[in-house]
Amino acid sequence: MDRFSWSNGLLEINETLVIQQRGVRLYDGDDKAKMDVGAALLSTHRLIWRDVKNHECCIAMPLSQIIFFEEQAAGIGKSAKIVIHLHPAPANKEPGPYQNSKYSYIKLSFKEHGQIEFYRRLTEEMTQKRWENTPVSQPIPAGPQAGRTRAVGIVGIERKIEEKRKETDKNISEVLQSKSFEILKNVSWWVKISCTGPECKMVEVSRSIANKIKEKQGDISEDETIRFKSYLLSMGIANPVTRETHGSGTHYHLQLAKQLGDMLQAPLEERGGMMALSEVYCLVNRARGMELLSPEDLVNACKMFESLKLPLRLRVFDSGVMVVQLQSHSEEEMIASALDNVSEKGSLTAEEFAKLLGLSVLLSKERLLLAEKMGHLCRDDSVEGLRFYPNLF
Amino acid sequence: MSFEWPWQYNFPPFFTLQPNVDTRQKQLAAWCSLALSYCRHHKLYTLDVMEAQESPVFNNKKIERKLSMEAIQVVFEELRKKGNLEWLDKNKSRCLVMWRRPEEWGKLIYQWVSKNGMVNSVFTLYELSNGDDTEGEEFHGLEEWMLLRSLQALQTDGKAEIISMDDGKGVKFF
Repeated sequence: MDRFSWSNGLLEINETLVIQQRGVRLYDGDDKAKMDVGAALLSTHRLIWRDVKNHECCIAMPLSQIIFFEEQAAGIGKSAKIVIHLHPAPANKEPGPYQNSKYSYIKLSFKEHGQIEFYRRLTEEMTQKRWENTPVSQPIPAGPQAGRTRAVGIVGIERKIEEKRKETDKNISEVLQSKSFEILKNVSWWVKISCTGPECKMVEVSRSIANKIKEKQGDISEDETIRFKSYLLSMGIANPVTRETHGSGTHYHLQLAKQLGDMLQAPLEERGGMMALSEVYCLVNRARGMELLSPEDLVNACKMFESLKLPLRLRVFDSGVMVVQLQSHSEEEMIASALDNVSEKGSLTAEEFAKLLGLSVLLSKERLLLAEKMGHLCRDDSVEGLRFYPNLF
Repeated sequence: MSFEWPWQYNFPPFFTLQPNVDTRQKQLAAWCSLALSYCRHHKLYTLDVMEAQESPVFNNKKIERKLSMEAIQVVFEELRKKGNLEWLDKNKSRCLVMWRRPEEWGKLIYQWVSKNGMVNSVFTLYELSNGDDTEGEEFHGLEEWMLLRSLQALQTDGKAEIISMDDGKGVKFF
């Protein structure tokens, strides 16, 4: 067990996840490890184990550590196991849950099965040895003292965040060298929302990336695009309005509404002027990163749009579906477009309409219902589903 | 002469009760006129709700749509409000359809009577509905209950009087 070191659970640049199995208990040799049941992850480079409840608790070891491994069949009251024999830990190994161990092997006990597939994939990885061909980016030392120290509580979390940011910084500069173009539109938005905060530096970086990308206009693999996007997403809002900064109650919601107004403008325009509240919720919280919003606070903030004279509105449809829409987004236009589309096709279901407009099914249905309510459409409710026709009556 | 279906009959939404009030009113009006004209074309006087569901009026096999039981009830209720339908039982399973209301029938009969100069004469009900003289008239073959209703309507207007005769009923026009 002393071969494991603490990990943040994130995959490195060139690392890909191979398989993941829940309900795995670790054994230090023949003894049960002092950890609970968790998930075992196999990547191209590492064997990772994560606590099922506390995701902060995550350990990993490089696959190069493995000498060989064998299956141990299940018995009465015993789960199937994979026994993994290991090289001795290198001297410069980062700290893990065990300082030392008398065993040179560990066991993975599969409480919820899945050992067969895991074994197969592990065998595959061990023969392919992909970690040799594509070395992961070397972790940069965190601070003046070499090696990370494990800290608990808030200090630990803060340190972890700090580490993660440094890593992101580095990764972005790596991506910088490659080419990307699809990200541009996203970058501009994220730049906008984060440029007021103390983390302006980050923004500068992303802006320069954006420019470089613009110049190059080269092709970029989808994989890289996705990864880069996720970095940008994790930057998020630099100084989120929180209860701590603005107290609770109306004032908090007012400030929150203003911030929402700023950040939602661009995504709303992109999506045709309307977004379901759930979608807004996800987007906002992804942007905020740590300081998550509760659904109530979001709704309350959205209700303030009107009194603040922001160009956004919270709209509640008859069905109870709530959406945020641009004020300029006119209802007549929406109905007219629904009618046009339906007339053109003869008849439409909400799903077809959604596909046509690139909207969510929920929202497209609301539009059709609205047009029906205004008497422009009528419905055909049969076993084949609900279809809308132009109102010929 | 085959029955001519209205355009709505091939329009799928016609077979779904529309939630929009205005649309529904127009839809129901179209249903009422379809149901009445169908009954008139086939000289139907009573309808069974269960059977109605299977009849071609409410079941368009070509577009695979049929009006639901509830919707049929709504249509019938609408007809009742307009005075074209009467329930025969409390469960609302059978009904009389009057594609022409009794007053309208009465008027038709009275027109025929006065046209032929038979005011002040006495007829048996059988003579009116099945007699040789009325052949070719619209009310020829009218069911007896309906005929009686129309004559009753005339009676309230003071244009006829129903008399009981030994072998049934007769009527005298004024």
